[in-house]
Amino acid sequence: MNLKYIEPFIAATIHVLETMAFTQATAGDAYLKDDQTAMGDVSGIIGMTGKESSGTLSVSFTKNSILAIVSNMFGDEITELNNEIKDAVGEITNMISGQARQKLEEMGKSLDAAIPTVITGINHSIKHITTYPIIAVPFSTDNGDFTIEICLEEEGVSLRRKIGRETP
Amino acid sequence: MASEMCVLIVDDFSIMRGIIRRMLLKEFGTNNIFEAEDGITAWQILSSEKIDLVLCDWNMPNMTGLDLLEKVRSHKDFSKVPFIMITAEGKKENVIEATKKGVSGYIIKPFTAKDLRKKLSPIFQTGE
Repeated sequence: MNLKYIEPFIAATIHVLETMAFTQATAGDAYLKDDQTAMGDVSGIIGMTGKESSGTLSVSFTKNSILAIVSNMFGDEITELNNEIKDAVGEITNMISGQARQKLEEMGKSLDAAIPTVITGINHSIKHITTYPIIAVPFSTDNGDFTIEICLEEEGVSLRRKIGRETP
Repeated sequence: MASEMCVLIVDDFSIMRGIIRRMLLKEFGTNNIFEAEDGITAWQILSSEKIDLVLCDWNMPNMTGLDLLEKVRSHKDFSKVPFIMITAEGKKENVIEATKKGVSGYIIKPFTAKDLRKKLSPIFQTGE
């Protein structure tokens, strides 16, 4: 996958959380992810399809990070991973996907999205819809971390050669 | 009067419906609000209540926001109801498609209270 397609997802993540949850998120270094185990306690996954490629985006939050984010969104403190949290994870994933796809369209890559699904549980799995490389980008906030993963089909040069990093 | 207007919020995510509800109350004093989680439920509410404004997501199960828009615009009783898409689907082709089907306005998620106020103020002021 061309790394230029990752940047819209990073920018969208920062923008969505700042606008809807008044949360500053800082992106770390992207890396190739070799396994399907989610990095967080609750994950949103959304499929994306286009004429030339398909893929998935996932957003996986630690418990502390998502409780703080949703408390900010709602204006009320939420202290447990309940259905409101799951709803919020789905909507956040949806918004990040939408924002990123607007930018990708300007870059010549048009994708439509499905309705996101949400998975919870320690060590749950995230199954991306293609077998292409998974690019993970960790984020930190004042209240905890989360990770986005992007898996997009693209023909061409091996990604390992481009990114120059292995899974930490 | 803004506070007397009856608004229908259509979104499959309850948290988003709650956020919009709170913004409407704070920005316009609107408390007469119905909620629907998909287009089918929204249509049932439209058929039984006098709705002055529809705020609708695009991607929803059972009936999408675009399908609901088309249904609303083709019914003589609701064809003039202001219908605003509040959606993450912000690609140009989506906006064009919604405009062709008669959408009154478009708010792209994520949005702030200021964005909502700017888009809805003309509707709340004139009631159209």
